[in-house]
Amino acid sequence: MMNNVSETLYPKSWKKPPFIKRSWLRWSIIIGSILYLIAALLSMDINIQRVLEGLPRGQRFIESFFPPNFSDNRGVVWEGILESIWMAIISTVVGVALSIPIGLGAARNLAPLWVYMTCRFIIAGSRTFPEIILAIFAVKLFGFGPFAGFIALSLGTIGFFAKLLAEDIENSSPAQAEAVKATGANWFQWINYAIQPQVMPRMIGLSVYRLDINFRESAVVGIVGGGGIGATLNTAFSRYEFDTAAAILLIIIAIVMVLEYASSHLRKWVQ
Amino acid sequence: MLKLENLTKRYNTGDLALQGIDLSIPGGQVLALIGPSGAGKSTLIRCINRLVEPTNGSAILNEVNLTKLSSRALRKSRRKMGMIFQEYALVERLTVMENVLSGRLGYVGFWKSFFRKFPKRDVNEAFRLLDRVGLLEMADKRADELSGGQRQRVGICRALIQDPDLLLVDEPTASLDPKTSRQIMRLINELCQERGLTAIINIHDVLLAQMFSQRIVGLALGNIVYDGSPEGLTPEVLTKIYGEEDWSATIEKVDDEYEEA
Repeated sequence: MMNNVSETLYPKSWKKPPFIKRSWLRWSIIIGSILYLIAALLSMDINIQRVLEGLPRGQRFIESFFPPNFSDNRGVVWEGILESIWMAIISTVVGVALSIPIGLGAARNLAPLWVYMTCRFIIAGSRTFPEIILAIFAVKLFGFGPFAGFIALSLGTIGFFAKLLAEDIENSSPAQAEAVKATGANWFQWINYAIQPQVMPRMIGLSVYRLDINFRESAVVGIVGGGGIGATLNTAFSRYEFDTAAAILLIIIAIVMVLEYASSHLRKWVQ
Repeated sequence: MLKLENLTKRYNTGDLALQGIDLSIPGGQVLALIGPSGAGKSTLIRCINRLVEPTNGSAILNEVNLTKLSSRALRKSRRKMGMIFQEYALVERLTVMENVLSGRLGYVGFWKSFFRKFPKRDVNEAFRLLDRVGLLEMADKRADELSGGQRQRVGICRALIQDPDLLLVDEPTASLDPKTSRQIMRLINELCQERGLTAIINIHDVLLAQMFSQRIVGLALGNIVYDGSPEGLTPEVLTKIYGEEDWSATIEKVDDEYEEA
């Protein structure tokens, strides 16, 4: 019978082939990682005593935040918020504007190799340093104040925006690009007609997202002297005005939530 | 009108896609290029407008050797070669009108095109072409709102508004149903007759190639293995192009029973 033949010929069980084919390598990676995790945990030296002592301190700390003091007697909170908002807006606009040529140059399907390498180097440089390190440099160069914060945030924006723009361009449809090229369009027309429409919605969404990040980061760069609400927050802490600090934190949270809500709506709308 | 001499393409991977193609096409001829996948059909037409750089040989369009042109002169020559693509290759987020007008990019300056301020004649011609293919009221729709057949019509308008001498057509019906395929092929054919255009049409479908072209060139592994009339496609010829298969049903003469919808 045909049936009998096929039953004897074909195996009845099947297993998905493992991701790492060599079994000795697979097992040494698994066992090695488990051993390392155990060793790392043991070497951390968690002192239960100190954790228990810290908990009531944390409680007192949080209690001193309440009730938050929104009175803003010296007007510094309002001033700091406004400064942070314009720092965030200007650094996003400038950062995005600088990112566009760098992002175009960092897309392998548009740029020759040497341009590509240069632009990727700029992006890697910007991404190596977190905003707070950039802010420390900028404060050393240009002195205390929002200008230093603006420089730091603009540079930070380049690493973020140019990289994502370049990746989006590299993922764009080559067929659409080819079709526009075939009409005899020049390079700028080609970018404007074939590439820009494909990457625009994502770029708008990312700009708003970056505005959100820059606003939050403006609170951080202020702590090292970059101006904005961070400076106000830092002053409040050093004067032990924890109720004012709490008010500032709540305002930051509120603004970030508004930006988040706005950006998700905007992204849906441009798709 | 178009003359290919020893046109050769070797890809970086080492694959020899075209092995010295010699082909001469008189003005006004509609030529169908058939052959199995990987025979070099797409490479051949892309070597003419240099979307793919040929490794060797020359392509001469109206006495101009395209393979020798500087990039500026090449852009100028590309204006005279309209191209129609597989999967339409419209810029999906642009409007139908922008897609059609993008065929004029080689003729207008950057800022004019940036602000979508095309010359009145171009805009007028775009509307006329859209009307000719039955899409006049779609001008302001986004390209990705259209059906497959409609998109390919827009692709045809984009190629024709270039005012080309030569049409390079790459698998125009690859993603269309049989009826729409015939309509599109008939449209391309009619437009070529109206304007006296020369066309090279890459096509998988042997029947469509026979129905809508005056000359058939069969390509296999980068070589021309057949060059002759549509009637000359015998089972032996098809075997030479595609390999061993039962061809009796493929070359039956079909009646042109589909009417323009």
